[in-house]
Amino acid sequence: MRFTLQEMRTMIARHKRWDHIFGLVGMLCLLLGILTLVVLFGQLLLQGMERLTPEFFTSFPSRRAENAGILSAWVGTVAVMLVTAMTAVPLGVAAAVYLEEYAPRNWMTAIIEINVTNLAGVPSIVYGLLALGLFVYQFGLGQSILSAGLTLALLILPVVIVATREALRAVPGSIREAAYALGATRWQMVSGHVLPYSSAGILTGMIIGLSRAIGETAPIITIGALTFIAFLPNSPVTTDFPFISFKWLMDPFTVMPIQMFNWTSRPEEAFQLNAAAAGVVLLVMTLAMNGLAIWLRYHLRKKIKW
Amino acid sequence: MTEKETILKAEARDLSFYYGQAKALKNISLPLYDKKVTALIGPSGCGKSTFLRCFNRMHDLYPNNHYEGEIVLHPDNVNVLSDKVDPIEVRMRISMVFQKPNPFPKSIYENVAYGLRVRGINKKSILDEKVEEALTNAALWNEAKDRLQDLAFNLSGGQQQRLCIARALAIDPEIMLFDEPTSALDPIATASIEELMDELKSRFSILIVTHNMQQAARVSDYTAFLYLGELIEYNETKKIFTNPDRKETEDYITGRFG
Ligand SMILES: Nc1ncnc2c1ncn2[C@@H]1O[C@H](COP(=O)(O)OP(=O)(O)OP(=O)(O)O)[C@@H](O)[C@H]1O
Ligand SMILES: [Mg+2]
Repeated sequence: MRFTLQEMRTMIARHKRWDHIFGLVGMLCLLLGILTLVVLFGQLLLQGMERLTPEFFTSFPSRRAENAGILSAWVGTVAVMLVTAMTAVPLGVAAAVYLEEYAPRNWMTAIIEINVTNLAGVPSIVYGLLALGLFVYQFGLGQSILSAGLTLALLILPVVIVATREALRAVPGSIREAAYALGATRWQMVSGHVLPYSSAGILTGMIIGLSRAIGETAPIITIGALTFIAFLPNSPVTTDFPFISFKWLMDPFTVMPIQMFNWTSRPEEAFQLNAAAAGVVLLVMTLAMNGLAIWLRYHLRKKIKW
Repeated sequence: MTEKETILKAEARDLSFYYGQAKALKNISLPLYDKKVTALIGPSGCGKSTFLRCFNRMHDLYPNNHYEGEIVLHPDNVNVLSDKVDPIEVRMRISMVFQKPNPFPKSIYENVAYGLRVRGINKKSILDEKVEEALTNAALWNEAKDRLQDLAFNLSGGQQQRLCIARALAIDPEIMLFDEPTSALDPIATASIEELMDELKSRFSILIVTHNMQQAARVSDYTAFLYLGELIEYNETKKIFTNPDRKETEDYITGRFG
């Protein structure tokens, strides 16, 4: 049967109404999410603005709110993140390469795969408990930067593994076959092709993992980070041979979210301002990491087309 | 071509191949002659690619596949399908050009050099020389010599396919496999690759899959017609295209196939 032109036009107009309706609803949903974040950030910024001075970054915490700063907190965060990245990335990438490229496809592998994905959903406090028993007491690492870094590494390992596997899987089979057809071994294929071509995705996974870790509070408190630290960890560079030192790994520490938590739990109004200012810094750190991820992905992908 | 010049390079003997339980190739026996082009023709799904990929053990990359029968290389009498023969060794002797150009996302130079690097050759002077030689033999040197460090993706489709040929040539193979190498290319790029094949066959034995009857008639010395995983007819190309023995073959090449 054939519609008249008039019928067709009314029908199309009727159908298109749903396009408009969905467009509107979708945009509202999006705005709800974005606006909440913007308002939250704006409020923090307004509140904490006056405390965001250079001294805030170079002062230790203090009993007097106006003298207190986040020096030990941001140094601690950077140190812990360093340990986390140095452990989670090699472990996660190696595990993902094994699962994706080497592991035989059998029920054992299937069970491991399912569990890796499930691990990403384990509450972080559970990792904290595990780390308290394992790293702090069993291995005797104490309440140190090393313990905290390893704990957070454990926490983000599933994220790194899953993201790396996605990135590896995105390398097309035709490229793998091309390498194999020239007589490459599996390792030559993986190290010469799959890993370099998926580096953008791997880096993104790493940064997403780290930006989750940077805000984690519960597991760090569980393993016993201190809330009041008025000194810096040992310097990683020394004046005498061999000029680098790993003493800082065993030092006590605090991190940004714990410093914030400490300040928000004080009754005085002035400390709330400090907490807001620290929140702004933490948010900016996270956003900067995500920005870096986007930039890296863009620049590394530019060279790769399939 | 007189019979005297034809030297046997490889032989499929009673070759069967299974994807899991499904038998995709049924007891195929077929010779490949040195310095000759053998074309594989047949309707879609008849097993041409499957047959071709047995020669460099590509099927080993995926689970649950298995071979029966032999593919014997001459003159050393190695059965490439034997469990005792490492597929990597086979791939070092037999190279392959795929249907869609699949250059690595690296420079033109590195694409061609890769097969040599895999063999542990990293000396620049040797690589330079081999890369130039391979690109020249793939009729790409003149277009590429000033942009060897450019990414391979910046080449046109036909140039990319010639780059893949150069990459496969650089390892100096005994047999070269082509799986529909021109199906993604325009007529001019196709013509240049067909021309190339004519020059290349003086160096090794060529096995080519094609859907294009004219191409098979133009480039090949021998033609095999496959249908439903079986070898229906194998003969000199001239004979197949002028006076085939089997009715199925005639129907297929004249386009009367159901
Ligand atoms: N990976 C695979 N797993 C299972 N069956 C497969 C696989 N690849 C191909 N087959 C089957 O094997 C048969 C032969 O396929 P093949 O790809 O060799 O055909 P072909 O002759 O190359 O076809 P075309 O001309 O379309 O490329 C087909 O029936 C196909 O469905
Ligand atoms: Mg095919």
